Amino acid sequence: MIRIKCPICGLRNETEFTYGEDANVNRPSMDEQGVQPWVDFVFNRDNPRGWHKEYWHHVQGCRQWVVLERNTLTHEIGNCELARDAKLPPSQASEAAE
Amino acid sequence: MRYSGLRVIKEALTGHKGWRPAWRDPEPKKSYDVVIIGGGGHGLATAYYLSKVHKITNVAVIEKGYIGGGNVGRNTTIIRSNYLLDGNEPFYELSLKLWEGLEQDFNYNAMVSQRGILNLVHTDAQRDAARRRGNAMILNGSDAELLDANGVRAMYPFLNFDNARFPIKGGLLHRRGGTVRHDAVAWGYARGADMRGVDIIQNCEVTGFKIENGKCLGVETTKGFIGAKKVASCVAGSSSRVMEKAGMRLPIESHVLQAFVSEGLKPVLDGVITFGAGHFYCSQSDKGGLVFGGDLDMYNSYAQRGNLPVVEDVMEGGMALIPAIGRVRMLRSWGGIMDMSMDGSPFIDKTHIDGLYFNGGWCYGGFKATPASGWCYAHLLATDKPHEVATAYRLDRFRTGHMIDEKGVGPNPNLH
Repeated sequence: MIRIKCPICGLRNETEFTYGEDANVNRPSMDEQGVQPWVDFVFNRDNPRGWHKEYWHHVQGCRQWVVLERNTLTHEIGNCELARDAKLPPSQASEAAE
Repeated sequence: MRYSGLRVIKEALTGHKGWRPAWRDPEPKKSYDVVIIGGGGHGLATAYYLSKVHKITNVAVIEKGYIGGGNVGRNTTIIRSNYLLDGNEPFYELSLKLWEGLEQDFNYNAMVSQRGILNLVHTDAQRDAARRRGNAMILNGSDAELLDANGVRAMYPFLNFDNARFPIKGGLLHRRGGTVRHDAVAWGYARGADMRGVDIIQNCEVTGFKIENGKCLGVETTKGFIGAKKVASCVAGSSSRVMEKAGMRLPIESHVLQAFVSEGLKPVLDGVITFGAGHFYCSQSDKGGLVFGGDLDMYNSYAQRGNLPVVEDVMEGGMALIPAIGRVRMLRSWGGIMDMSMDGSPFIDKTHIDGLYFNGGWCYGGFKATPASGWCYAHLLATDKPHEVATAYRLDRFRTGHMIDEKGVGPNPNLH
């Protein structure tokens, strides 16, 4: 059982949460005309073996979206913060557009 | 060395002293025509068909662990050709036809058992979907029969038919589907490839590619550089990690899928059953254990083990479908890493790098695809043209809008 420390509710079981998606991808700006940045955003992933930032939804609790750091190899849990407060790395998608 | 009944008798009478290793353990040569990365079912099948069908024998299969130690040794052994979409069904039908002749072809007992797969339906809408899929299967040369509740009851009277929430209203029966002894598939292909001169190099991890001027010249490994005219990646759950070394970013996420085996029971379940109201599928192995599985753990994972909430969920699915297994004890559970693609369908394609090829994205359907995956990948490597049943498995299909999304759930890899 993965135990996630929700910033609002405290330490909770993973069964209260729903996995969202990879939090390392950022949406390109809405005036982006190229196809590839959108393909990268929607479909392509780094898929790391190790630490990974990801969205989880505390759907059976406070219903907040959180960004969780989790190790995909060991299932170790790192930092967890509200998605609205999270500082995400610059978009891979916009880099790949160049 | 050919296996035969006569040979078994002869060895039995002479103290079993004549058996030899089924494949060699060679050191890598300096270069090969084709280097296949990954000694799993697909990689070994590719090497086998390259050497047998296309007569390309200067081939190495490089495996970081031991052959057959990944998903080909970790699945629930089911084979079937019951897909809906045109991009998929002809491919899986080819695969099932290859399964049907496999043991004679590679002279190895893979225990191919066409015991039938029954997909249960619980609602009118599911019955409509089953009828549609059954028709698509028949149009593509496969077989399908739609059973009503009495038809299912005649086969499996012990199912929970009159459950208030999930009554069983019938099922789509695919008689040619079944199970195979999964390890023997890896061993049989390995032996067949080795006999034709393919070098199977175990405990040798690829650490990088040598790419110059847009052309792949070989692979860096823990046993040194190995040159190759063509390099073919075929590493399932590690696809993103390997292709990252060539600077590629894939439409794939790695997820863990668990599988389970119960203690041995007397024969109770002679086919494969899938529950339509939850994610649960079950068969009985020849040793008597119930072999079953269910959903992914839902989050990205490279750990070859899962978590308890999914164990509970799968058991609940099993109890909902077959209440009689309530007192059966679980023997083992394990996890394998699935290369979940963004539309639930695989890739067999060239990459943008000359001489570098990619096979992956099999999600949790890789085992049944093993023969056709090897067949089509070998065809691509030998001719540089996709095989006619694998033309849809392109890496650029997301860019061009030609997704093959059987379940229609969009780019959510954990839901396929």
